[in-house]
Amino acid sequence: MAKNNLYSKVTASGGARQSRITLQSRWAAYVQHHKLTAVESLLRLLKSPGGSAMTWVVLAIALALPMTLYVSLENVKQLSRAWDQSSQISVYLKANTLPRFAQALTQDIQDMPTVAQAVYISPEQALSEFSASTGLSDVVQGLENNPLPGVISVIPKLDGKGSGAVEDLELALSQLRHVESVQLDLLWVKRLFQFMELGQRLVWALAALLGLAVLLIIGNTIRLSIESRRDEILVVKLVGGTDAFVRRPFLYTGIWFGLGGGLIAYMLLSIGLYWLSGPIENLISLYGSDFVLQGLSLGDSLLLIFDGVLLGWFGAWLAVSRHLAKIKP
Amino acid sequence: MAHVRFDNVSKSYPGGHQALSELSFEINQGEIAFLTGHSGAGKSTLLKLIMLMEKASHGQVLVDGVNLARLSNGQIPYHRRRVGVVFQNHQLLFDRSVFENVALPLRISGYTSRDLERRVRAALDKVGLLRYEKKSPIELSGGEQQRVGIARAVVNKPSLILADEPTGNLDPKLSREIMNLFEQFNDVGVSVLIASHDLNLIGRLDHRVIALKDGRLLGERAAGERTAGGSTSGVTRG
Repeated sequence: MAKNNLYSKVTASGGARQSRITLQSRWAAYVQHHKLTAVESLLRLLKSPGGSAMTWVVLAIALALPMTLYVSLENVKQLSRAWDQSSQISVYLKANTLPRFAQALTQDIQDMPTVAQAVYISPEQALSEFSASTGLSDVVQGLENNPLPGVISVIPKLDGKGSGAVEDLELALSQLRHVESVQLDLLWVKRLFQFMELGQRLVWALAALLGLAVLLIIGNTIRLSIESRRDEILVVKLVGGTDAFVRRPFLYTGIWFGLGGGLIAYMLLSIGLYWLSGPIENLISLYGSDFVLQGLSLGDSLLLIFDGVLLGWFGAWLAVSRHLAKIKP
Repeated sequence: MAHVRFDNVSKSYPGGHQALSELSFEINQGEIAFLTGHSGAGKSTLLKLIMLMEKASHGQVLVDGVNLARLSNGQIPYHRRRVGVVFQNHQLLFDRSVFENVALPLRISGYTSRDLERRVRAALDKVGLLRYEKKSPIELSGGEQQRVGIARAVVNKPSLILADEPTGNLDPKLSREIMNLFEQFNDVGVSVLIASHDLNLIGRLDHRVIALKDGRLLGERAAGERTAGGSTSGVTRG
Protein backbone atom coordinates (compact mmCIF):
# COMPACT_ATOMS: atom_id res chain seq x y z
CA MET A 1 0.00 0.00 0.00
CA ALA A 2 1.57 3.25 -1.11
CA LYS A 3 1.22 5.18 2.06
CA ASN A 4 -0.19 8.66 1.85
CA ASN A 5 -0.01 8.95 -1.92
CA LEU A 6 -3.65 10.01 -2.00
CA TYR A 7 -3.13 12.96 0.25
CA SER A 8 0.54 13.40 -0.56
CA LYS A 9 -0.03 16.82 -2.05
CA VAL A 10 -2.42 17.99 0.59
CA THR A 11 -0.93 20.54 2.90
CA ALA A 12 -2.32 22.17 5.98
CA SER A 13 -4.71 24.06 3.77
CA GLY A 14 -6.56 20.82 3.32
CA GLY A 15 -8.11 19.90 0.00
CA ALA A 16 -7.81 23.32 -1.58
CA ARG A 17 -6.23 21.64 -4.61
CA GLN A 18 -9.47 20.13 -5.77
CA SER A 19 -10.83 23.50 -6.81
CA ARG A 20 -7.89 24.03 -9.15
CA ILE A 21 -9.36 22.37 -12.19
CA THR A 22 -8.88 24.48 -15.28
CA LEU A 23 -11.91 25.66 -17.18
CA GLN A 24 -10.74 23.77 -20.23
CA SER A 25 -10.47 20.41 -18.52
CA ARG A 26 -13.76 21.07 -16.79
CA TRP A 27 -15.38 21.58 -20.20
CA ALA A 28 -13.72 18.42 -21.53
CA ALA A 29 -15.02 16.49 -18.54
CA TYR A 30 -18.49 17.99 -19.05
CA VAL A 31 -18.60 16.83 -22.67
CA GLN A 32 -17.17 13.47 -21.66
CA HIS A 33 -19.83 13.04 -19.02
CA HIS A 34 -22.56 13.91 -21.51
CA LYS A 35 -21.31 11.21 -23.87
CA LEU A 36 -20.98 8.71 -21.06
CA THR A 37 -24.48 9.47 -19.77
CA ALA A 38 -25.98 9.26 -23.26
CA VAL A 39 -24.44 5.84 -23.86
CA GLU A 40 -25.33 4.58 -20.37
CA SER A 41 -28.95 5.70 -20.74
CA LEU A 42 -29.25 3.91 -24.06
CA LEU A 43 -27.69 0.72 -22.69
CA ARG A 44 -30.05 0.88 -19.74
CA LEU A 45 -33.02 1.02 -22.14
CA LEU A 46 -31.66 -1.86 -24.18
CA LYS A 47 -31.19 -3.91 -21.04
CA SER A 48 -34.97 -4.33 -20.85
CA PRO A 49 -35.71 -4.60 -24.57
CA GLY A 50 -39.32 -5.76 -24.17
CA GLY A 51 -40.52 -2.84 -22.09
CA SER A 52 -38.53 -0.27 -24.03
CA ALA A 53 -39.78 -1.58 -27.38
CA MET A 54 -43.36 -1.37 -26.17
CA THR A 55 -42.86 2.26 -25.16
CA TRP A 56 -41.16 3.02 -28.46
CA VAL A 57 -44.03 1.56 -30.49
CA VAL A 58 -46.67 3.42 -28.48
CA LEU A 59 -44.74 6.67 -29.01
CA ALA A 60 -44.32 5.86 -32.69
CA ILE A 61 -48.06 5.41 -33.15
CA ALA A 62 -48.79 8.66 -31.36
CA LEU A 63 -46.26 10.48 -33.55
CA ALA A 64 -47.26 8.74 -36.80
CA LEU A 65 -50.99 9.51 -36.60
CA PRO A 66 -50.87 13.30 -37.02
CA MET A 67 -48.06 12.90 -39.54
CA THR A 68 -50.25 10.55 -41.60
CA LEU A 69 -53.02 13.16 -41.67
CA TYR A 70 -50.47 15.80 -42.58
CA VAL A 71 -49.15 13.77 -45.50
CA SER A 72 -52.71 13.11 -46.69
CA LEU A 73 -53.49 16.80 -46.55
CA GLU A 74 -50.33 17.68 -48.45
CA ASN A 75 -51.42 15.25 -51.16
CA VAL A 76 -54.92 16.73 -51.32
CA LYS A 77 -53.31 20.16 -51.62
CA GLN A 78 -51.21 18.93 -54.51
CA LEU A 79 -54.33 17.49 -56.12
CA SER A 80 -56.17 20.75 -55.60
CA ARG A 81 -53.36 22.65 -57.26
CA ALA A 82 -54.09 20.54 -60.33
CA TRP A 83 -57.71 21.61 -59.99
CA ASP A 84 -56.70 25.23 -59.68
CA GLN A 85 -55.17 24.83 -63.11
CA SER A 86 -58.47 23.61 -64.56
CA SER A 87 -60.62 26.18 -62.80
CA GLN A 88 -61.07 28.95 -65.30
CA ILE A 89 -62.78 32.30 -65.37
CA SER A 90 -64.75 33.26 -68.44
CA VAL A 91 -64.63 36.96 -69.23
CA TYR A 92 -67.48 37.87 -71.59
CA LEU A 93 -66.84 40.90 -73.74
CA LYS A 94 -69.43 43.42 -74.79
CA ALA A 95 -70.99 42.76 -78.14
CA ASN A 96 -69.31 44.51 -81.06
CA THR A 97 -65.96 44.80 -79.30
CA LEU A 98 -63.43 45.15 -82.04
CA PRO A 99 -60.99 42.22 -82.33
CA ARG A 100 -57.93 44.46 -81.85
CA PHE A 101 -59.32 45.82 -78.55
CA ALA A 102 -60.08 42.27 -77.54
CA GLN A 103 -56.51 41.20 -78.38
CA ALA A 104 -55.05 44.11 -76.41
CA LEU A 105 -57.27 43.33 -73.44
CA THR A 106 -56.18 39.69 -73.54
CA GLN A 107 -52.57 40.81 -73.39
CA ASP A 108 -53.34 43.11 -70.43
CA ILE A 109 -55.00 40.28 -68.55
CA GLN A 110 -52.15 37.94 -69.38
CA ASP A 111 -49.79 40.43 -67.75
CA MET A 112 -51.67 40.45 -64.44
CA PRO A 113 -49.67 38.74 -61.63
CA THR A 114 -52.47 36.40 -60.54
CA VAL A 115 -53.17 35.16 -64.08
CA ALA A 116 -51.49 32.07 -65.41
CA GLN A 117 -52.96 32.18 -68.88
CA ALA A 118 -55.45 34.25 -70.89
CA VAL A 119 -56.76 33.09 -74.26
CA TYR A 120 -59.06 35.13 -76.54
CA ILE A 121 -61.84 33.23 -78.24
CA SER A 122 -63.44 35.35 -80.94
CA PRO A 123 -67.22 35.13 -81.62
CA GLU A 124 -66.51 33.29 -84.88
CA GLN A 125 -64.25 30.79 -83.17
CA ALA A 126 -66.83 30.29 -80.45
CA LEU A 127 -69.54 29.69 -82.96
CA SER A 128 -67.57 27.15 -84.93
CA GLU A 129 -66.52 25.34 -81.74
CA PHE A 130 -70.16 25.37 -80.66
CA SER A 131 -71.39 23.95 -83.92
CA ALA A 132 -68.67 21.33 -83.95
CA SER A 133 -69.21 20.19 -80.42
CA THR A 134 -73.01 20.14 -80.56
CA GLY A 135 -73.44 18.92 -84.12
CA LEU A 136 -75.95 21.69 -84.77
CA SER A 137 -74.04 23.11 -87.74
CA ASP A 138 -77.21 23.31 -89.82
CA VAL A 139 -78.97 25.41 -87.25
CA VAL A 140 -75.90 27.61 -86.81
CA GLN A 141 -75.59 28.15 -90.49
CA GLY A 142 -79.22 29.29 -90.54
CA LEU A 143 -78.50 32.12 -88.12
CA GLU A 144 -78.41 35.58 -89.60
CA ASN A 145 -75.78 36.96 -87.31
CA ASN A 146 -73.52 35.48 -84.66
CA PRO A 147 -75.25 35.65 -81.24
CA LEU A 148 -72.12 34.71 -79.29
CA PRO A 149 -69.93 37.33 -77.62
CA GLY A 150 -66.16 37.24 -77.57
CA VAL A 151 -64.73 35.49 -74.55
CA ILE A 152 -61.37 35.63 -72.83
CA SER A 153 -60.70 32.42 -71.02
CA VAL A 154 -58.57 33.13 -67.95
CA ILE A 155 -56.72 30.54 -65.86
CA PRO A 156 -55.84 32.04 -62.48
CA LYS A 157 -52.49 31.54 -60.80
CA LEU A 158 -53.42 31.05 -57.16
CA ASP A 159 -50.58 29.00 -55.68
CA GLY A 160 -52.84 28.03 -52.79
CA LYS A 161 -53.52 31.65 -51.81
CA GLY A 162 -57.10 30.81 -50.86
CA SER A 163 -60.47 31.73 -52.19
CA GLY A 164 -60.05 35.45 -51.49
CA ALA A 165 -57.47 35.75 -54.25
CA VAL A 166 -59.90 34.30 -56.79
CA GLU A 167 -62.55 36.83 -55.78
CA ASP A 168 -60.07 39.69 -56.03
CA LEU A 169 -59.16 38.60 -59.53
CA GLU A 170 -62.81 38.30 -60.48
CA LEU A 171 -63.48 41.85 -59.29
CA ALA A 172 -60.46 43.23 -61.13
CA LEU A 173 -61.50 41.56 -64.35
CA SER A 174 -65.07 42.80 -64.16
CA GLN A 175 -63.88 46.40 -63.89
CA LEU A 176 -61.91 46.29 -67.12
CA ARG A 177 -63.16 48.13 -70.22
CA HIS A 178 -65.11 46.14 -72.80
CA VAL A 179 -66.00 43.53 -70.21
CA GLU A 180 -69.68 42.63 -70.03
CA SER A 181 -69.56 40.04 -67.30
CA VAL A 182 -67.27 37.61 -65.53
CA GLN A 183 -68.28 34.09 -64.65
CA LEU A 184 -66.69 31.74 -62.23
CA ASP A 185 -67.88 28.65 -60.44
CA LEU A 186 -66.53 29.85 -57.14
CA LEU A 187 -68.57 27.69 -54.85
CA TRP A 188 -66.65 24.48 -55.29
CA VAL A 189 -63.35 26.30 -54.99
CA LYS A 190 -64.59 27.83 -51.75
CA ARG A 191 -65.74 24.47 -50.48
CA LEU A 192 -62.43 22.90 -51.30
CA PHE A 193 -60.53 25.58 -49.46
CA GLN A 194 -62.85 25.24 -46.48
CA PHE A 195 -62.28 21.52 -46.39
CA MET A 196 -58.57 22.04 -46.52
CA GLU A 197 -58.75 24.60 -43.74
CA LEU A 198 -60.74 22.11 -41.67
CA GLY A 199 -58.25 19.39 -42.47
CA GLN A 200 -55.38 21.60 -41.42
CA ARG A 201 -57.01 22.38 -38.10
CA LEU A 202 -57.75 18.72 -37.52
CA VAL A 203 -54.10 17.96 -38.07
CA TRP A 204 -53.11 20.59 -35.54
CA ALA A 205 -55.66 19.45 -32.97
CA LEU A 206 -54.65 15.83 -33.35
CA ALA A 207 -50.97 16.72 -33.24
CA ALA A 208 -51.51 18.72 -30.04
CA LEU A 209 -53.48 15.91 -28.37
CA LEU A 210 -51.09 13.18 -29.35
CA GLY A 211 -48.12 15.37 -28.49
CA LEU A 212 -49.61 15.66 -25.02
CA ALA A 213 -50.02 11.88 -24.98
CA VAL A 214 -46.33 11.50 -25.86
CA LEU A 215 -45.40 13.84 -23.01
CA LEU A 216 -47.51 11.86 -20.55
CA ILE A 217 -46.19 8.50 -21.69
CA ILE A 218 -42.59 9.63 -21.42
CA GLY A 219 -43.27 11.46 -18.17
CA ASN A 220 -44.72 8.35 -16.61
CA THR A 221 -41.91 6.13 -17.87
CA ILE A 222 -39.32 8.53 -16.50
CA ARG A 223 -41.17 8.74 -13.18
CA LEU A 224 -40.89 4.96 -12.78
CA SER A 225 -37.25 5.17 -13.74
CA ILE A 226 -36.67 7.85 -11.10
CA GLU A 227 -38.36 5.69 -8.46
CA SER A 228 -36.21 2.70 -9.34
CA ARG A 229 -33.03 4.79 -9.14
CA ARG A 230 -33.88 6.55 -5.93
CA ASP A 231 -30.83 5.28 -4.03
CA GLU A 232 -28.53 6.43 -6.77
CA ILE A 233 -30.06 9.90 -6.81
CA LEU A 234 -29.64 10.17 -3.03
CA VAL A 235 -25.98 9.20 -3.19
CA VAL A 236 -25.28 11.54 -6.09
CA LYS A 237 -26.89 14.42 -4.22
CA LEU A 238 -24.93 13.58 -1.07
CA VAL A 239 -21.57 13.62 -2.77
CA GLY A 240 -22.29 17.00 -4.31
CA GLY A 241 -24.13 16.31 -7.57
CA THR A 242 -25.90 19.38 -8.91
CA ASP A 243 -29.51 19.15 -10.04
CA ALA A 244 -28.32 19.28 -13.65
CA PHE A 245 -26.07 16.28 -13.00
CA VAL A 246 -28.92 14.33 -11.43
CA ARG A 247 -31.29 15.25 -14.26
CA ARG A 248 -28.92 14.39 -17.07
CA PRO A 249 -29.39 10.60 -17.34
CA PHE A 250 -33.16 10.99 -17.24
CA LEU A 251 -33.17 13.66 -19.92
CA TYR A 252 -31.07 11.38 -22.12
CA THR A 253 -33.49 8.54 -21.44
CA GLY A 254 -36.32 10.81 -22.64
CA ILE A 255 -34.33 11.76 -25.73
CA TRP A 256 -33.67 8.12 -26.57
CA PHE A 257 -37.34 7.28 -26.16
CA GLY A 258 -38.31 10.19 -28.40
CA LEU A 259 -35.67 9.39 -31.01
CA GLY A 260 -36.68 5.72 -31.12
CA GLY A 261 -40.37 6.66 -31.32
CA GLY A 262 -39.67 9.14 -34.11
CA LEU A 263 -37.63 6.63 -36.13
CA ILE A 264 -40.24 3.90 -35.79
CA ALA A 265 -42.98 6.40 -36.71
CA TYR A 266 -40.98 7.27 -39.82
CA MET A 267 -40.68 3.61 -40.73
CA LEU A 268 -44.41 3.01 -40.16
CA LEU A 269 -45.30 5.96 -42.39
CA SER A 270 -42.89 4.94 -45.12
CA ILE A 271 -44.19 1.39 -45.15
CA GLY A 272 -47.80 2.64 -45.17
CA LEU A 273 -47.18 5.03 -48.03
CA TYR A 274 -45.39 2.35 -50.02
CA TRP A 275 -48.25 -0.03 -49.39
CA LEU A 276 -50.85 2.51 -50.54
CA SER A 277 -48.94 4.00 -53.46
CA GLY A 278 -49.77 1.19 -55.93
CA PRO A 279 -53.58 1.28 -55.62
CA ILE A 280 -53.67 5.09 -55.44
CA GLU A 281 -51.62 5.53 -58.58
CA ASN A 282 -53.78 3.01 -60.42
CA LEU A 283 -56.89 4.85 -59.29
CA ILE A 284 -55.52 8.24 -60.29
CA SER A 285 -54.35 7.04 -63.70
CA LEU A 286 -57.94 5.92 -64.39
CA TYR A 287 -58.91 9.60 -64.04
CA GLY A 288 -56.16 10.56 -66.46
CA SER A 289 -54.43 12.78 -63.92
CA ASP A 290 -50.68 13.12 -63.65
CA PHE A 291 -50.96 13.19 -59.84
CA VAL A 292 -48.04 11.51 -58.07
CA LEU A 293 -48.43 10.36 -54.46
CA GLN A 294 -46.12 12.47 -52.34
CA GLY A 295 -44.12 10.61 -49.74
CA LEU A 296 -42.41 12.17 -46.74
CA SER A 297 -39.98 14.83 -47.81
CA LEU A 298 -36.56 14.87 -46.15
CA GLY A 299 -37.60 17.98 -44.23
CA ASP A 300 -40.82 16.37 -42.99
CA SER A 301 -38.97 13.21 -41.98
CA LEU A 302 -36.39 15.16 -40.03
CA LEU A 303 -39.14 17.25 -38.46
CA LEU A 304 -40.96 14.10 -37.36
CA ILE A 305 -37.84 12.66 -35.74
CA PHE A 306 -36.86 16.01 -34.25
CA ASP A 307 -40.35 16.43 -32.77
CA GLY A 308 -40.00 13.01 -31.21
CA VAL A 309 -36.67 13.95 -29.65
CA LEU A 310 -37.98 17.31 -28.47
CA LEU A 311 -41.10 15.80 -26.90
CA GLY A 312 -39.00 13.06 -25.30
CA TRP A 313 -36.63 15.56 -23.77
CA PHE A 314 -39.43 17.85 -22.60
CA GLY A 315 -41.52 15.00 -21.15
CA ALA A 316 -38.48 13.80 -19.22
CA TRP A 317 -37.73 17.31 -18.06
CA LEU A 318 -41.27 17.76 -16.73
CA ALA A 319 -41.17 14.44 -14.88
CA VAL A 320 -37.72 15.07 -13.45
CA SER A 321 -38.53 18.57 -12.22
CA ARG A 322 -41.70 17.29 -10.60
CA HIS A 323 -40.26 14.24 -8.88
CA LEU A 324 -36.62 15.01 -8.27
CA ALA A 325 -37.29 17.81 -5.82
CA LYS A 326 -39.08 15.28 -3.61
CA ILE A 327 -35.97 13.14 -3.24
CA LYS A 328 -33.92 14.80 -0.57
CA PRO A 329 -31.01 13.20 1.21
CA MET B 1 -9.51 29.09 12.51
CA ALA B 2 -12.26 26.72 13.46
CA HIS B 3 -13.06 24.35 10.64
CA VAL B 4 -16.52 23.56 11.93
CA ARG B 5 -18.28 25.77 14.40
CA PHE B 6 -21.69 25.27 16.01
CA ASP B 7 -23.03 28.43 17.54
CA ASN B 8 -25.99 27.87 19.84
CA VAL B 9 -27.58 25.48 17.36
CA SER B 10 -31.04 23.97 17.86
CA LYS B 11 -32.86 21.65 15.53
CA SER B 12 -36.47 20.68 15.95
CA TYR B 13 -38.50 18.58 13.57
CA PRO B 14 -42.12 19.13 12.63
CA GLY B 15 -44.13 17.38 15.28
CA GLY B 16 -42.08 18.88 18.07
CA HIS B 17 -39.15 16.44 18.34
CA GLN B 18 -36.15 18.41 19.56
CA ALA B 19 -33.07 16.75 18.06
CA LEU B 20 -30.49 19.35 19.11
CA SER B 21 -30.72 22.07 21.76
CA GLU B 22 -28.47 25.12 22.01
CA LEU B 23 -25.39 23.25 20.97
CA SER B 24 -22.06 25.08 20.72
CA PHE B 25 -18.64 23.61 19.91
CA GLU B 26 -15.75 23.94 17.50
CA ILE B 27 -13.63 21.52 15.53
CA ASN B 28 -10.29 23.01 14.57
CA GLN B 29 -8.54 22.70 11.28
CA GLY B 30 -6.70 19.37 11.18
CA GLU B 31 -8.37 18.05 14.33
CA ILE B 32 -9.79 14.55 14.78
CA ALA B 33 -12.75 14.13 17.14
CA PHE B 34 -15.30 11.55 18.15
CA LEU B 35 -18.94 12.35 18.56
CA THR B 36 -20.61 9.99 20.96
CA GLY B 37 -23.87 9.38 22.71
CA HIS B 38 -26.80 6.94 22.67
CA SER B 39 -28.81 6.53 19.53
CA GLY B 40 -31.21 9.44 19.43
CA ALA B 41 -28.73 11.72 21.18
CA GLY B 42 -28.48 13.84 18.05
CA LYS B 43 -25.24 12.57 16.47
CA SER B 44 -26.74 11.95 13.03
CA THR B 45 -28.65 15.21 13.08
CA LEU B 46 -25.44 17.08 13.87
CA LEU B 47 -23.68 15.50 10.89
CA LYS B 48 -26.71 16.20 8.68
CA LEU B 49 -26.53 19.87 9.59
CA ILE B 50 -22.89 20.02 8.48
CA MET B 51 -23.81 18.28 5.21
CA LEU B 52 -26.83 20.56 4.75
CA MET B 53 -29.12 17.56 4.58
CA GLU B 54 -30.99 19.48 7.25
CA LYS B 55 -31.00 23.13 8.20
CA ALA B 56 -30.70 24.41 11.75
CA SER B 57 -33.87 25.78 13.32
CA HIS B 58 -31.90 28.24 15.44
CA GLY B 59 -28.27 29.25 15.70
CA GLN B 60 -25.50 29.08 13.18
CA VAL B 61 -23.41 26.31 11.66
CA LEU B 62 -20.17 27.57 10.11
CA VAL B 63 -17.83 25.52 7.94
CA ASP B 64 -14.57 27.21 6.89
CA GLY B 65 -16.06 30.41 8.25
CA VAL B 66 -19.07 30.20 5.93
CA ASN B 67 -22.49 30.38 7.52
CA LEU B 68 -24.34 27.44 5.97
CA ALA B 69 -27.70 29.16 6.32
CA ARG B 70 -26.48 31.71 3.79
CA LEU B 71 -25.85 29.13 1.06
CA SER B 72 -28.42 29.04 -1.73
CA ASN B 73 -29.80 25.75 -2.98
CA GLY B 74 -27.51 26.04 -5.98
CA GLN B 75 -24.43 26.32 -3.74
CA ILE B 76 -25.24 23.28 -1.61
CA PRO B 77 -23.70 20.73 -4.06
CA TYR B 78 -20.42 22.66 -4.06
CA HIS B 79 -20.39 22.74 -0.27
CA ARG B 80 -20.92 18.97 -0.16
CA ARG B 81 -18.00 18.40 -2.53
CA ARG B 82 -15.69 19.87 0.09
CA VAL B 83 -16.85 17.38 2.71
CA GLY B 84 -16.27 13.64 2.51
CA VAL B 85 -18.91 11.49 4.18
CA VAL B 86 -18.77 7.87 5.28
CA PHE B 87 -22.11 6.28 6.13
CA GLN B 88 -22.86 3.40 8.41
CA ASN B 89 -24.68 1.56 5.64
CA HIS B 90 -21.95 2.78 3.25
CA GLN B 91 -24.54 3.78 0.56
CA LEU B 92 -22.74 2.04 -2.28
CA LEU B 93 -24.45 1.52 -5.62
CA PHE B 94 -24.62 -2.16 -6.46
CA ASP B 95 -25.37 -1.64 -10.14
CA ARG B 96 -21.80 -0.55 -10.88
CA SER B 97 -18.26 -1.58 -10.13
CA VAL B 98 -16.19 -0.62 -7.12
CA PHE B 99 -14.19 1.67 -9.42
CA GLU B 100 -17.30 3.53 -10.60
CA ASN B 101 -18.57 3.90 -7.04
CA VAL B 102 -15.37 5.60 -6.00
CA ALA B 103 -15.24 7.62 -9.23
CA LEU B 104 -18.69 9.14 -8.71
CA PRO B 105 -17.62 12.27 -6.76
CA LEU B 106 -14.93 12.96 -9.37
CA ARG B 107 -17.35 12.61 -12.27
CA ILE B 108 -19.61 15.07 -10.48
CA SER B 109 -16.76 17.50 -9.87
CA GLY B 110 -15.76 17.40 -13.52
CA TYR B 111 -12.59 15.34 -13.83
CA THR B 112 -11.48 13.92 -17.14
CA SER B 113 -10.92 10.17 -17.44
CA ARG B 114 -7.16 10.26 -17.10
CA ASP B 115 -7.10 12.34 -13.93
CA LEU B 116 -10.04 10.42 -12.61
CA GLU B 117 -8.48 7.00 -13.05
CA ARG B 118 -5.31 8.08 -11.34
CA ARG B 119 -7.19 9.45 -8.36
CA VAL B 120 -9.60 6.53 -8.02
CA ARG B 121 -6.71 4.05 -8.08
CA ALA B 122 -4.86 6.10 -5.48
CA ALA B 123 -7.93 6.11 -3.22
CA LEU B 124 -8.53 2.38 -3.67
CA ASP B 125 -4.86 1.71 -3.07
CA LYS B 126 -5.06 3.75 0.11
CA VAL B 127 -7.82 1.54 1.52
CA GLY B 128 -6.12 -1.59 0.18
CA LEU B 129 -8.77 -2.59 -2.34
CA LEU B 130 -7.08 -1.82 -5.64
CA ARG B 131 -7.40 -5.48 -6.73
CA TYR B 132 -11.20 -5.30 -6.41
CA GLU B 133 -11.78 -2.29 -8.66
CA LYS B 134 -13.67 -4.28 -11.30
CA LYS B 135 -15.85 -6.19 -8.82
CA SER B 136 -19.36 -5.26 -7.79
CA PRO B 137 -19.55 -4.01 -4.19
CA ILE B 138 -22.07 -6.78 -3.48
CA GLU B 139 -19.28 -9.35 -3.83
CA LEU B 140 -17.28 -7.74 -1.01
CA SER B 141 -17.44 -8.32 2.75
CA GLY B 142 -18.94 -5.71 5.08
CA GLY B 143 -15.54 -4.36 6.08
CA GLU B 144 -14.44 -4.12 2.46
CA GLN B 145 -17.64 -2.34 1.50
CA GLN B 146 -17.04 0.17 4.26
CA ARG B 147 -13.54 0.78 2.95
CA VAL B 148 -14.94 1.38 -0.55
CA GLY B 149 -17.21 3.96 1.09
CA ILE B 150 -14.17 5.57 2.68
CA ALA B 151 -12.31 5.60 -0.64
CA ARG B 152 -15.29 7.39 -2.17
CA ALA B 153 -15.34 9.90 0.68
CA VAL B 154 -11.68 10.83 0.29
CA VAL B 155 -11.21 10.55 -3.47
CA ASN B 156 -12.04 14.22 -3.96
CA LYS B 157 -9.46 15.18 -1.30
CA PRO B 158 -11.90 16.90 1.02
CA SER B 159 -10.48 18.93 3.88
CA LEU B 160 -13.19 17.62 6.20
CA ILE B 161 -14.32 14.01 6.63
CA LEU B 162 -17.51 13.08 8.48
CA ALA B 163 -18.26 9.49 9.40
CA ASP B 164 -21.56 8.24 10.79
CA GLU B 165 -21.03 5.00 12.73
CA PRO B 166 -18.37 3.81 10.28
CA THR B 167 -17.67 0.71 12.36
CA GLY B 168 -21.27 -0.02 13.27
CA ASN B 169 -21.40 -3.55 11.89
CA LEU B 170 -17.75 -4.51 12.07
CA ASP B 171 -15.78 -6.67 14.46
CA PRO B 172 -13.13 -4.99 16.70
CA LYS B 173 -10.19 -5.85 14.44
CA LEU B 174 -11.83 -4.41 11.33
CA SER B 175 -13.03 -1.42 13.34
CA ARG B 176 -9.47 -0.73 14.44
CA GLU B 177 -8.33 -0.85 10.79
CA ILE B 178 -11.00 1.58 9.74
CA MET B 179 -10.08 3.98 12.54
CA ASN B 180 -6.45 3.65 11.55
CA LEU B 181 -7.38 4.87 8.06
CA PHE B 182 -9.09 7.93 9.48
CA GLU B 183 -6.05 8.65 11.62
CA GLN B 184 -3.86 8.48 8.53
CA PHE B 185 -5.99 11.05 6.77
CA ASN B 186 -5.87 13.21 9.86
CA ASP B 187 -2.08 12.93 9.87
CA VAL B 188 -1.90 14.85 6.59
CA GLY B 189 -4.06 17.70 7.85
CA VAL B 190 -7.61 16.60 7.19
CA SER B 191 -10.19 17.39 9.87
CA VAL B 192 -12.15 14.29 10.88
CA LEU B 193 -15.37 13.99 12.88
CA ILE B 194 -16.55 10.47 13.65
CA ALA B 195 -19.92 9.71 15.20
CA SER B 196 -19.76 6.43 17.06
CA HIS B 197 -21.23 4.72 20.09
CA ASP B 198 -18.42 2.17 20.16
CA LEU B 199 -17.08 3.32 23.53
CA ASN B 200 -14.49 0.55 23.74
CA LEU B 201 -12.89 1.73 20.56
CA ILE B 202 -13.11 5.41 21.47
CA GLY B 203 -11.68 4.68 24.89
CA ARG B 204 -8.61 3.04 23.45
CA LEU B 205 -7.86 5.94 21.11
CA ASP B 206 -6.38 9.13 22.37
CA HIS B 207 -8.56 11.68 20.58
CA ARG B 208 -10.94 14.41 21.52
CA VAL B 209 -14.45 13.20 22.40
CA ILE B 210 -17.64 15.23 22.26
CA ALA B 211 -20.52 13.56 24.08
CA LEU B 212 -24.16 14.32 23.39
CA LYS B 213 -27.26 13.45 25.35
CA ASP B 214 -30.78 14.34 24.27
CA GLY B 215 -29.44 16.88 21.83
CA ARG B 216 -27.30 18.70 24.37
CA LEU B 217 -23.58 18.76 24.98
CA LEU B 218 -23.02 16.36 27.85
CA GLY B 219 -19.29 16.71 28.17
CA GLU B 220 -15.97 16.77 26.39
CA ARG B 221 -12.69 15.00 26.70
CA ALA B 222 -9.73 16.71 25.13
CA ALA B 223 -7.15 14.75 23.17
CA GLY B 224 -4.46 13.19 25.34
CA GLU B 225 -6.67 12.93 28.43
CA ARG B 226 -7.21 9.22 28.07
CA THR B 227 -5.19 8.38 31.15
CA ALA B 228 -6.92 11.05 33.25
CA GLY B 229 -9.72 8.57 33.80
CA GLY B 230 -12.18 10.92 35.49
CA SER B 231 -13.24 12.78 32.40
CA THR B 232 -13.35 9.57 30.38
CA SER B 233 -15.85 8.12 32.77
CA GLY B 234 -17.72 11.40 32.55
CA VAL B 235 -18.01 10.83 28.86
CA THR B 236 -18.84 7.19 28.94
CA ARG B 237 -21.62 7.84 31.36
CA GLY B 238 -23.42 9.69 28.53
